[in-house]
Amino acid sequence: MKKLLIALMTTTAALSMAASAQAADKLKACWVYVGPIGDFGYSYQHDQGRLEVEKALGDKVETAYLENVSEGPDAERAFERLARENCKIIFGTSFGFMDAEVKVAKKFPKVMFEHATGFKTGDNLGVYNARFYEGRYVLGQIAAKESKSGVAGYIVSFPIPEVVMGINSFMLGAQSINPNFKAKIVWVNSWFDPGKEADAAKALFDQGADIIVQHTDSTAALQVAEERKLHGFGQSSDMIKFAPKAQLTSLTDEWGPYYISRVQAAIDGTWKPDNVWLGIKDGAVKMAPYTNMPDDVKAMAEATEKKIAGGWNPLTGPIAKQDGPAWLKDGEVADDGTLLGMNFYVKGVDDKLPQ
Amino acid sequence: MDITVNILLTIATAATPLLIAAIGELVVERSGVLNLGVEGMMIMGAVAGFGAGYLTGSPWIGLLAAIAMGALFSLLFAVMTLSLATNQVATGLSLTLLGLGLSGMMGTSFVGQPGERLPNLYIPVLTDIPVVGKLLFGQDPIFYISIALTAAVTWFLFRTRTGLTLRSIGDSHTSAHALGIKVIRYRYLAVIFGGACAGLAGGHLSLVYTPQWVENMSAGRGWIALALVVFASWRPWRVLAGAYIFGAVWIGQLHAQAFGIPVPSQMLSSLPYLATVVVLVLISRNKRLTMMNTPASLGQPFVPDR
Repeated sequence: MKKLLIALMTTTAALSMAASAQAADKLKACWVYVGPIGDFGYSYQHDQGRLEVEKALGDKVETAYLENVSEGPDAERAFERLARENCKIIFGTSFGFMDAEVKVAKKFPKVMFEHATGFKTGDNLGVYNARFYEGRYVLGQIAAKESKSGVAGYIVSFPIPEVVMGINSFMLGAQSINPNFKAKIVWVNSWFDPGKEADAAKALFDQGADIIVQHTDSTAALQVAEERKLHGFGQSSDMIKFAPKAQLTSLTDEWGPYYISRVQAAIDGTWKPDNVWLGIKDGAVKMAPYTNMPDDVKAMAEATEKKIAGGWNPLTGPIAKQDGPAWLKDGEVADDGTLLGMNFYVKGVDDKLPQ
Repeated sequence: MDITVNILLTIATAATPLLIAAIGELVVERSGVLNLGVEGMMIMGAVAGFGAGYLTGSPWIGLLAAIAMGALFSLLFAVMTLSLATNQVATGLSLTLLGLGLSGMMGTSFVGQPGERLPNLYIPVLTDIPVVGKLLFGQDPIFYISIALTAAVTWFLFRTRTGLTLRSIGDSHTSAHALGIKVIRYRYLAVIFGGACAGLAGGHLSLVYTPQWVENMSAGRGWIALALVVFASWRPWRVLAGAYIFGAVWIGQLHAQAFGIPVPSQMLSSLPYLATVVVLVLISRNKRLTMMNTPASLGQPFVPDR
C-alpha cells in the first residue's frame, strides 16, 4: 500500500515536473532502499545521507527514493522506473540489488548507477562499501577491557562475508587485550526482528555474557542490556537515547559525505564509475561518543581509532584460521578480495560457521 | 536456579502476544469469520500504543489506545465483509497490508524515540518469595490479562448461552438466522473483540516486549497466531499450550546456540514452528473431535434473505 502511494506520488511529481519547466536545471538523484526508512538502522542511515545531499546541494538537486524494495525482480522494476523518471544518478543500497542494477544500467547507459556493498561494475555502474570491520576491532578491544566475565554475547543475522568479517575483527581486537576472551554467538536469521533480538540478548546474558554486540538492526538488545544494568554496543545509528547507561559506543554508518561528493561530481559532469571501500579515515565508519567507560579504556579506544584512521589495517598478520593453519603471515595484510568472500573464522571464535 | 527463572520469564514474554492475538482470532473464527488481518491489526495496535504512551507519558493510556486502535481497525474489516459481504480472505489480507503501511506512516515521528514501558507487577513480600515469587507475582500486567482472557473465553464459549449461540452461528449461519438469531450483529461483536485482542497483543510488543517503535516490528507474529488457532483446533487451552510450546522452543533454541550446540542455526530457527505443529497435530489427532470443533461455515460470506 505504502509503496503504491509512493509510486503514485513519484509519478505525479514526475509528470508535474515535466510539465512545469524543463529549464529548471536540477539534477535528480535517486535512492533504492531494501528496508523501511523508519528502521532506525541501515536504511535509515542511507536516507540520512540523502537528506544531507539535499541540504548541502540545495536547489541544484532534487531527490527521490523507493523504500522496502525487495531483492529480486521487484528491484529491477524499481531501478527501471527511477531511470525512466529522469533520475540521473541512482544509488542502490543493498547487496541483493546487484544483478538487477547491472541489468538496468546496461539499458540506460546515460544514467549513472552506484551500488553499495557489491562487486560488479560497468561503464556507468560504480560500487561503494564501508569497512565496518575496522570499527568492530575497536569494539572488541573495549569489550575485552570492560567485560568482567570475559565473555561477550554476539547477535548476528546471516552468515555472509560482511558479518563473518565483523566477528573475526571483533575477536582479534578482543584477543589483543585478553587472549582468553570468548564470544558466544547466536544467529537470529533475520536483519530485523526486535522481539527475537531481545530474546537472544536475554539468553546470552543468562548464560554469563555481560556485554552485547550485534550485527542486526534494532535497538532491542541494547534495551535489554539497559534493563539488566549491563553493557552493549549500538549498530548503524547512535542508539544512546535507548540505553543511556548501557551503550559503550555505537558503530555508525555515515554515507552523507560520499553521497554529496558523488552527486556533486554528477552535476559537474566529472562522475566516473568507481570502486571504493571507505573506512574510518574517510568518515564513513564512525564511532559514536565513547560513554559509560573509564577514561583509560576511552583513551585506548581513541588511540586505536586514530591508528586505523592513519592507515593501519586491523587485519594484519600473524593471524591463524580457526582450525589452526595460518591465514596471514607476520606483517601480511588481508587483501580485499579475500575479505569480500570471507567464509572462515579466525582462531579463538567459539562457533561453527553455518554454511 | 536464577537462570531457570529467567528463562521461564523470557518464555512467558515471548508467548504472551501470540496467545492474546490467537485467543481473539479464535472467537472470531468460532463465529464463522476468517480474519487474516491479525498482523495488520497487531501492528496498528503497536504504533497506537507506543504513540499514546510516548505522547502522554503513561504506558497505561498507551495500552488502552492499542486496544481501541485494534478494535477500530477491525471495524473496517467488519463493515467490508459483514455488511458488504466481500471475500473474507482478500479483505483480511488487504487489512494486513494496509496496517503495515499505515502504521509506518503514522509512526514516522516516533522512530528513534525511546518509549514508555509498562511496569512489572510488584507486591511486597509475595514478589520477594524466592523462585516462584517472580514467576507468579512479578510479571508484566499483560501476562496476567492473557491468562485471564484464556479462562474467560473458555468459560464464555462453552459455559454460557451467548457462547453457545456464537458457536452455532459459526457452524451454520443459515440455521441460526432461521432461528431468529442476529447473525451479523454477533459477528460484528466477535470481529471487534478479535481486533481489540490483536491490538492488545501489538501493545504488548511496543510497551513491554521491546519498548520502541519501528516499522514491521510485529515481524510475522500475527501469522503465527493465526496458525496457532487452526492447529489448536479452535480450543482456547490448546492455543495457550501452543503459544507456550512455541515460546519455549523459540527461547530454547537461542540458548542452545549460545551454549554452543553444534547444530546449524537455520535448523534451530525452524524448530519452534516444527515443534508447535507436531505437538498440536498430535493433540488434535482425533479426527471426529477435530471436525466437531471446526466452525463449519468458516470464511463463508453471509447475506440474510429477508
